[in-house]
This record gives sequence, C-alpha cells and structure tokens, in this order.
Amino acid sequence: MKSAVILFPGSNRERDAARALKAATGRESEIIWHGETALPDGTDIVVLPGGFSYGDYLRCGAIAARSPVMEAVRAHANRGGLVLGICNGFQILVESGLLPGALLRNSHLKFVCRMQHLKVERVGTPFTRDYRQGQVVEVAVAHGDGNYLADPETLARIEGEGLVAFRYCDASGNHLEGSPNGSMNAIAGVYSEKLNVLGMMPHPENLIDPLVGGTDGLGLFTSIAGGARAA
Amino acid sequence: MIANQIPITPELVAQHGLKPDEYQRILDLIGREPTLTELGIFSAMWNEHCSYKSSRIHLKGLPTKAPWVIQGPGENAGVIDIGDGMAVVFKMESHNHPSFIEPYQGAATGCGGILRDVFTMGARPIAALNALRFGDPKHPRTRHLISGVVAGIGHYGNAFGVPTVGGQFGFHTRYDGNILVNAMAVGICRSDQIFYAAATGVGNPIVYLGSKTGRDGIHGATMASAEFDEGSEEKRPTVQVGDPFAEKLLLEACLELMASGSVIAIQDMGAAGLTCSAVEMGAKGDLGVELDLDSVPTREAAMSAYEMMLSESQERMLMVLDPAREEDAKAIFTKWGLDFAIVGYTTNDLKFRVKHGGEEMAVLPIKELGDEAPLYDRPWVPTPKAPVIAASDVPAPASLGKALLTLLGSPDLCSKRWVFEQYDHLILGNTVQRPGGDAAVVRIEDGPKGLAITCDVTPRYCENDPIEGGKQAVAEAWRNITAVGGRPLAITDNLNFGNPERPEIMGQFVGCLKGISEACVALDFPIVSGNVSLYNETQGRGILPTPTIGGVGVVDDVAKSATLAFKDAGEPIILIGETTGWLGASTYRAVIHQREDGAPPPVDLETERRNGNFVRGLIAHGKATAVHDLSDGGLAIALAEMAISGKIGALISALPEGIPAHAALFGEDQARYVLTTDDPEKVLSDAAAAGVPALCIGSTGGNALTLPDGESIPVSDLEHAHESWLPAYMSGALDVSEN
Repeated sequence: MKSAVILFPGSNRERDAARALKAATGRESEIIWHGETALPDGTDIVVLPGGFSYGDYLRCGAIAARSPVMEAVRAHANRGGLVLGICNGFQILVESGLLPGALLRNSHLKFVCRMQHLKVERVGTPFTRDYRQGQVVEVAVAHGDGNYLADPETLARIEGEGLVAFRYCDASGNHLEGSPNGSMNAIAGVYSEKLNVLGMMPHPENLIDPLVGGTDGLGLFTSIAGGARAA
Repeated sequence: MIANQIPITPELVAQHGLKPDEYQRILDLIGREPTLTELGIFSAMWNEHCSYKSSRIHLKGLPTKAPWVIQGPGENAGVIDIGDGMAVVFKMESHNHPSFIEPYQGAATGCGGILRDVFTMGARPIAALNALRFGDPKHPRTRHLISGVVAGIGHYGNAFGVPTVGGQFGFHTRYDGNILVNAMAVGICRSDQIFYAAATGVGNPIVYLGSKTGRDGIHGATMASAEFDEGSEEKRPTVQVGDPFAEKLLLEACLELMASGSVIAIQDMGAAGLTCSAVEMGAKGDLGVELDLDSVPTREAAMSAYEMMLSESQERMLMVLDPAREEDAKAIFTKWGLDFAIVGYTTNDLKFRVKHGGEEMAVLPIKELGDEAPLYDRPWVPTPKAPVIAASDVPAPASLGKALLTLLGSPDLCSKRWVFEQYDHLILGNTVQRPGGDAAVVRIEDGPKGLAITCDVTPRYCENDPIEGGKQAVAEAWRNITAVGGRPLAITDNLNFGNPERPEIMGQFVGCLKGISEACVALDFPIVSGNVSLYNETQGRGILPTPTIGGVGVVDDVAKSATLAFKDAGEPIILIGETTGWLGASTYRAVIHQREDGAPPPVDLETERRNGNFVRGLIAHGKATAVHDLSDGGLAIALAEMAISGKIGALISALPEGIPAHAALFGEDQARYVLTTDDPEKVLSDAAAAGVPALCIGSTGGNALTLPDGESIPVSDLEHAHESWLPAYMSGALDVSEN
C-alpha cells in the first residue's frame, strides 16, 4: 500500500492525512510537492489534503487545481488509481473537473468546526468496504466553503447513479436540522463515475483515535488499505 | 517622497507621540537635531508599547526563574523544558487598539504576530488561545466588534493551521470604548534547537524574508500607546492587514531553514517593524547594524526610508545567516515563493546606520536606542480596600433554580459555542480536551505526554482589590490546569490597564503585579513571557484592570486527564475546599442584583496548593471520574456545567452547614473543586489525612439537577439556558435593551 499526499502551498492537514494513512497501513506516506510532474512509481492512492491552498484566493482550490502535479493526479485517476480529496482537497477536485459540482461559501457565511454525524450512503467502494450500508459515523467538519451545489441534471445523475458517498445527518441517521453548510441534499461527499475518486468536506483523518474524539474516521483508511492488500 | 532633512518642530515631535522632555533626551543623546527618519525610529523605539517605559520598573521584580525555565522574558517568547528533550515555547500578546479600530484585521494580525513570535524561536505552533473582552451587550458597537474579532481570529488561525483550543470571553461596559484582544500561542521544539534574536559575528549578512513591505501599519505601535479620543476612527490606516497564507509559507520556510543549520539569529518584524527587529538583533548581540533600504522588497513604488523603517506590514522576518549557507537558504525561500533579500550587515561600531538611495538617512547609537529609552517611576496610589460583604446581607432569590438558569444564560457565563465553532480546534488531530472545559489538553505528537493550557483573570476582582485579583488570576490558571490533571509549569502575562499617567491606574497596575508575583512564588509558577498594554482608555474612562494570565502545564499521560462531564449515574459528588459563601464581587450579585462592589474572595495560596495537589493526586490515581474547578458562579454553575456536558442529572442533598443556601451555591470562595468518584470512602479519608476539606454533597443520576430545597431543573432546561443566549444575541434576535 503506497500512498502519496500532495503538498500545495497553504495545505495544512497533510500531516493529519499521512498519520491516518499510517495508522491504517503501517506505512509512511510520501509527501509530494505540488510542483512535481510525476507521482512516485507504484502509488496506490493519492490524497489531496485539507487546508487553504493559495490562501483560498480567487476561489477555494482554483489555483491548486492548475498546479503541475495535478496532471499526474488526473492521469492516475484515469488509470483507475484511487484519489481522495478532503476538504480543500475536495474543492481542488471539483475545480479540476475530476468530480462534478461546486463548493460555495457556507450558507450561514461562517466557518464551522464541530463534530458532525454522516450517513454512509454507499458501501462496497474502495473507500467504504469497512463500513455498513447506512451506518452513521461521527467525524469533524472544519470549513468555510462546503456548501455543495450542482445543476439539476448533474444532481439527478449523481443521485441516480448512487455517487453520493456521505450525507450529513443527525445521530440517528435522520434528516438534520441545521446543516453545517447548506449543501444540496445534505451531500457531504461524492464519488466519480468509476468510484475511484472521492471528495468529501468532513475530516475522517482527525477521527482515528479514541483519545481524540473517536475512531469513526479510521474505517475509510482501513478500507483503502484492505482494498490494496486484496488487489 | 518625504524629505529626510526637515526642521523638527514641536508639533512634529508631538505627532510622533514624544513628550518635550523625551525629545530633549534625544537631543542630549545624539548631540544634534535628528533627521525625520531618526525621529521616526525614536518614536518607534520609545513608545510605551515597545519601550515599556511606564511598566519596566515594576516588571523587574517578577519571579521568572525555575529549574525548568530555559528562557524567561526578553526574547520573542518564553521557553520551558518539559522533559524527553522537548521544550514548550509560548507567549501572549495584546492587539487591543487595532482590534477596536478595525476588528477583523486587528484580531487577525494579533494572531499572526503571536504565532510568529513562537515559530521565530524554532517551535512549531500546536495550539492557540485568546482572551477577549467586549463592552456591554447593549452597546451599539458590541455585536459588530464580536463578529469582526471572531471572524478575524478564525480567518488567521484556521488558514495557518493551528487549533484554537480555548480562552476567555467576557463583557463589561468598561470595555465599551476599548475592547481587549489577547492572543496566545504555544509551540513545541527540541530543547537543544531553540533560536534567539542576538546576532553574532561581524560582517554577517542580514536577510529579509517573507512578504514585501508596504505602507500599512505605519505608527501602529505609537497608536497603541495613547488613549482613544473621538477621532480614533481616523487611525484605521495604522492597522495592518494580515495574510495567513504568507504566514503559513513563512512558518514552513523558516523551520526548513532552521533545520538546515544556516540560521545564526532570527527576529520577527512585529511592532515597529524593521526598526525594532534590526535594533534588537544588533543590540542584544553587542553589534552594529547597517541597512541598505534599496534592497528591501517593497510592494509600493517610491517608499521613503521613513516609511520603510516604520511600516508594520505583516509576515516578515529578519535573520542573520551563516554566510557560507546563503545559497541554500535562498533556495528554500524561493521554493516557498517568498522574498529573500540581503538588506544589510552586522558591524563592529555599535551604530545603527540606515542608507537609502546612496544617502545615509540615520546614524544612531544602537545600544542606547533601547537602553536609554525613557524610564518612568510614575506616581501611584493604592486602591482603597473594598468592604467585605456578608452573605447574610445579600438577598436570596425567590427561586434558586430560576437564579441558576438566569446565571447560566447570562452573557459572561453562557456557552461560547458560537465563538469556538468558528475556530478550527481539531486540526493536527491532538486536541484531547476541546474548548469548554477547565483547560484545553493538547497531546504532544503521539503522546502520551500533553499540555494543559488556559487563560484566566477575573477583572471585577482586580477592580475591587488589585492584589487579591492578581493572586486570583494566577491561582485560577493553576487550578484549571490542575483540574484536568496537569502539573502547572509557567505562565505568560498580558497586562491590560488604562492610562498609566493617572495615579489610581498605576496603583491598579502595581497592586495586580504584587498579587501576581506572590502567587507565582507560592505556586512555583514563574512568568516566562508577557506583554503590557496601557492606555486602554477612552475620554478619561479606563477599562477594568485585566491582567490576563496564560498558564501552561504538562499532563504526563493524556489518557488519564480528567474532564468535567458527569460520567455515570449513581456516583457520589464531592466538594473539595472550604466554603464560606463569599458573595462580594460575585457573578451572582452582578447578574441578579446588578451590584459589583465588595471585596473579592481572598486567595490563600497555601490552601490553594494543598487542595490542588490533593485533586491532582486523585486524578493521577484514577480516583476521580469527573473534575471541575469552582470559579464564576460558584458550585451551582459548576454542577450545571457537569450535568449539561455529561447529559446526566444530580441530586444535591447536602450543602456546607451554617451558610445561606444561595451563598453556598453561588459563592465564589477560592481553592475549590467539585468531583465525582466511584470510591468515596477512600477520597474522604485521604482528604482528611491531607487536611483538605471534603464534603459529599449528593450523587449523580436522573435527568434533572435537584437542589437541596427540592427544586428540580431538567438538564435539557439547563442546556437550553446555557446555549441560547449568544447565538440569539449575535443573530440580532434578542432585544438586549430589555435583557
């Protein structure tokens, strides 16, 4: 299991992502500078970490999406390689066209950091094989621009093809009063058509330890590691 | 461009914040009329903010030493040894004046400045806190200031990537014209890899790093050294603009550069910018400095020497580099997209020379710029002793339960969730105890060790009795660290006061320092860094004396740290410490009776230490299942917070005898804790053996908090009261005029 975490100027959860990958795989990730044009040979998964790449200037993720390394990430995804974008990484994935939709300013216009329940909408993907269908997990959100938006046709397609990965919900898995950001259909994460690219606003990488809020996020990383072992 | 040689008129001197006798001091020192640039340099070095001219004489006697102190006050931040080859670097600093004028940028750059102070010393920041004081909720500016300050702190800390894990947040009408924004940062490094400001070696290159210099923040430190008047709004251009993205790059580049071994000395450009940083590097190293401003990266055309020397543009550093490693250093900065320019050299003539366009704009004696700054022993009068108010003289409420709900939902005691949810408090994955507890607990790397961090002061105590108030601020920080199971190690202080030219304000300052000093000595809790902010005064009305104490302790195993939430039903609740029912200067009296007078609760430091050591021992031995310190609002508020947090009720069946119930529940006697345990016999017998008062007052369970008079308040009602006020107030839904 070989993982690469991309470091853009302004990324700030690259260590958190690398730590979660290590907890699940037992191996250190390679931290790859955004100016590189190739990924290390044999990379199984690329993680675009959270942060404020380029200070969120212009639009969140817009400048990072045009970094040299993104061509290599795109080629990796086109080959069927796994790509996980968390928070700012999700924003970069939609800005680079690897995932559909857009992420706008939170509807209440404030940054929000809190614990948040999510419903696992699709199991059996490379990212969710260790979760149960409909399982409710509690992870952190920490973002100012997580308001997921897609045009009606795209939204219908995402929903129709089962590409919604996670949805914000209450502790029982029901509709949540007071969305963290105003996302359409309470969408917290989406897959690419081939299910090998996942973008999500919440931070599973910060929930890998019972001492620091719980381990509900670890399943995502053990799923990735298990898949790589099986392959 | 501003000419450098212009006649220095008395008006010009006054505009630079210098008094006539201070200007005479300059003339005597250099033996001629200064150039305009030189006058600017003196104003930057000799203002209150940078020179501590009113406070220095009183700061000298503060306890700053302990075997674990690596660096006390005088550097960018304090440093303590926490064992295992690790050191903690921390400091708190105010950004009060700029935050009042322009709350978003003022607060943001306050965070930026303190983070820079910490990583300048080679430490990676792992936690940030802030202590905020705003005016009366009814004041028309208060909501605007809160939303700007909170968004500004969030904007900077969240993007920089440091968890903001705690702090203080309070209201009082005395802050209507001067809010307080005190920002604290805590970092970690190897204890043998700490970087200092003192330059060494003659002829070494002085390198400018980071963002370009602009015209923002000129005279910022001078602005922060004067009272506000009705024209203060016009001072907005003196507030700097923050760029957390640039700071994040600067952090990574600096730490990479330090690891490469090429840094000899480093100083961040904070207050008074290039002037202060260059002078300090030279003066501390007994060297001269020669700067050539033609090499300074600027973002605006035609900046004068005067403007460049006084700009407070953010995210800039000055370093003395090993000349042999210049190219490696440059490559690191180029990689991170930051400016790198050699702007001068160290010299052996102890002069501070500034050249621009081939001309010498300033030649000043470098040591004297700092050492010969004015020093005032300002007249002061002691604060008159406030009368002790007997519990029996404070009326009881019609309903204890209703009084509790009122207090829980009052602006000072209500939940600050609306604030801390705008701060990323979870990044780095080490936040073991989040905002809302007694102290934040942050694990160090993969543990098991962690830090307990807190900010404390009770301004109304300091107002009524500066000495007891000063003691209490330190004692409460010590107690909060103890309540999570930490060993308190050291503090940083941020001393916020009014105009020191008024003897009664100076009296508050002297009194608070005396109390702080006594408590630091008695609790082995030295001061390793700090900041003084005076002139927090508008049109003759000063703030409440507010010496904010930032405390740091070590938790040997974060898995054993205690939290305040009730854990299980059926656990006995034990009150530790002596209760007399002290209601003078209490929150109960302020909120219920709108009276703030009276002597504050006395602080007995020996008792504080004995009770705290006992509680820490219980936590270490796993004998306490939940622990909370008692402070504002007393026992009733502490129990309510424990119930809300654990979603478990409690039946309170006994209170200390011979005290009116409202005084026992809401009194603010010091050195007290409340805890739950599964082994009450052992706790009570150990307490008796240690000479620590301990009383079983009830047990946990059910869905309500039941008071001794039989009144029962559902936990959901407690939570609703606690959580509702701030969001409603900030949304504008609350009619505060009737509050």
